[in-house]
Amino acid sequence: MALLELRGISKRFGGLQALAGVSLELEDGMIASLIGPNGAGKTTLFNTLTGLYRPDEGEIHFQQRSLLGMNPDKITAAGISRTFQNIRLFSHMTVLENVLVGMHSRLKTSLPGILLRSTGFHIQENEARRRAMELIDLTSLSGREHEWAHQLSYGEQRRLEIARALAAAPQLLLLDEPTAGMNTTEAQALMTLFRKLIGNYVKAILLIEHNMRVVMGISDRVHVLDYGEKIAEGHPDEVRHDPRVIEAYLGQGIWSGNA
Amino acid sequence: MNSKLATLGLCAYIAVSCLVAFFFPQSVLAFLSVEASLLLLYYVAAPRRVKIFLGALVLVVLLPVLGSVNGYYLEVAIQIGIYVALALGLNIVVGFVGLLNLGFVAFYAIDAYLWAIFGSPQANAFIPGGLFPLSPNWFFVFLLLSIVIGALTGALLGLPVLRLRGDYLAIVTLGFAEVVRALVNNLDKPVNLTNGPRGISPISKPPLFFQPLLEFFGLHVTEAKLYPLYFYFLILVLVCTIILVTRRLENSRIGRAWKAIREDEIAAAAMGVPVVRMKLLGFAVGASFASAVGVLFAAKQVFINPESFTFMESIGVLAMVILGGMGSIPGAILGATGVTILNLQLLKGMSLWLNGLRQSGAELTIPLLGSYSLSQLPAQFEPAKYERMVFGLILILMMIFRPQGVLPPTRERKQ
Repeated sequence: MALLELRGISKRFGGLQALAGVSLELEDGMIASLIGPNGAGKTTLFNTLTGLYRPDEGEIHFQQRSLLGMNPDKITAAGISRTFQNIRLFSHMTVLENVLVGMHSRLKTSLPGILLRSTGFHIQENEARRRAMELIDLTSLSGREHEWAHQLSYGEQRRLEIARALAAAPQLLLLDEPTAGMNTTEAQALMTLFRKLIGNYVKAILLIEHNMRVVMGISDRVHVLDYGEKIAEGHPDEVRHDPRVIEAYLGQGIWSGNA
Repeated sequence: MNSKLATLGLCAYIAVSCLVAFFFPQSVLAFLSVEASLLLLYYVAAPRRVKIFLGALVLVVLLPVLGSVNGYYLEVAIQIGIYVALALGLNIVVGFVGLLNLGFVAFYAIDAYLWAIFGSPQANAFIPGGLFPLSPNWFFVFLLLSIVIGALTGALLGLPVLRLRGDYLAIVTLGFAEVVRALVNNLDKPVNLTNGPRGISPISKPPLFFQPLLEFFGLHVTEAKLYPLYFYFLILVLVCTIILVTRRLENSRIGRAWKAIREDEIAAAAMGVPVVRMKLLGFAVGASFASAVGVLFAAKQVFINPESFTFMESIGVLAMVILGGMGSIPGAILGATGVTILNLQLLKGMSLWLNGLRQSGAELTIPLLGSYSLSQLPAQFEPAKYERMVFGLILILMMIFRPQGVLPPTRERKQ
């Protein structure tokens, strides 16, 4: 049974058909990539999936449960969390606080409990901090936990976004261009991290990526979008030889130079 | 060693400033130095326990003693307390959740009127039976009630408007405050609820339930002396409670969610923060603080009218929060204290001094220009007349040189 199942998702903004009947399935334990030229609807699909947009048509099932009409926070609580293409950290909060916000849906202390500082509150808060530190460690940010998020370097900010997304203890992690602007070494390190996450922290990852080395190196499955339509799907090797994909996105020469 | 020295210095400073203020009860400077001791306490690197003890000593023992020498000091302290509580409430909405509220005084007004109407004969105008004013014992019931009502009005205002953002929200809150003011101004007909612009008086004061205890210890204090002290301690307890509640909320998932919404609403939602619910909670908590102070304010003033709740009040409290440092509890406290002292003591003190100079008829001799009799100093020079201007100048200078406020939020330090 698929972890995530999208069926016929369409989204229109005025005269622009951003998504046209996109279907997609994601299995447990899988890393899948979403590729396509700019404006193909990749981020729109993420926004639809996380409840920021409501799809005009189609169904979204996550663990056999429909996500249609749910607010973003409910979807996060249900087990999907994401990062953003243009980094959206809480700049004037510390690294640790950023990760702790990610845990909001997992912390349950009530208002009286918080005001009276109940034992439950202390237990939860300590556990949350412990787990936050673990995630900060995992994303190689140890030692920076008390710095403001805006003081981090670009690469560190990208990693903090991943740590924050993981804090919500998701089953499915959505990464929007996680290696954008990174050099080869940094991208390699992230790929290693993603493999480590599967099975340990999340059940599956869906990523949007333009870096073909990352896409081809890590994906179990690649989905290609163009003008809001899915034009191809398959194993990385199949997709890279698909004539429609080459025409729409990859271009002829892309593999000769650096693959 | 260093901290011992600091502790010793602090104690010496507090002792000297209090002695000076005690023996020169008319000196504004002496009292200012007592107030400054609290600021010093915040900055000096003394052990936490020492700081809390000394702070409590100043607030619970020394200030009331000084206040019984010069009653005006207590009045200043009570005013400071009221504005600190209001600033802390607004700080939650503006500083933590990041929603610009230009009508915060509305919540303060609603609950001030709540006690004013039922704690005075005013309610007889629309509830027959001559039951009013309610006995002073009801004051505490109304204080608790006001917290609930404040939270409810806060949430009720929040519900329709929280979909608005930034400027739009600010305009709606401004409108709300004006509506509240217009209502209290005009609800004297057809049924006389608020007595309109004439205001309500006399409003019952809280009960002196501890008087038998004082008598028992052989203390005979006249009511005129007792009430200022009583209000001082009431507001002190209220402010301490508010600080405690705010601190606990700040260091919890709720406070973190508020700040996350302030920083980036969409990212907060995507991280699992129920944005609307958290915003409503912020509005409700902030409003409940203002409401509790409102009840206290009505009881202290004995007389209230719509003039006490103008737009300038809202702006004043907002300025306190901004000057102190948005999103910072010490900042809000310092901002409220600083601005209140500036208005009540510094500018007025300067006016008095200038008046004194004028009346002394001294001559000011400037070389080459001749002499100038100070008695000719025009009355327009009185600093009290420039209250708003000086205040405005301070705001402008602050925004240019320290836009984050005097005490901006700090981050947790490494253990």
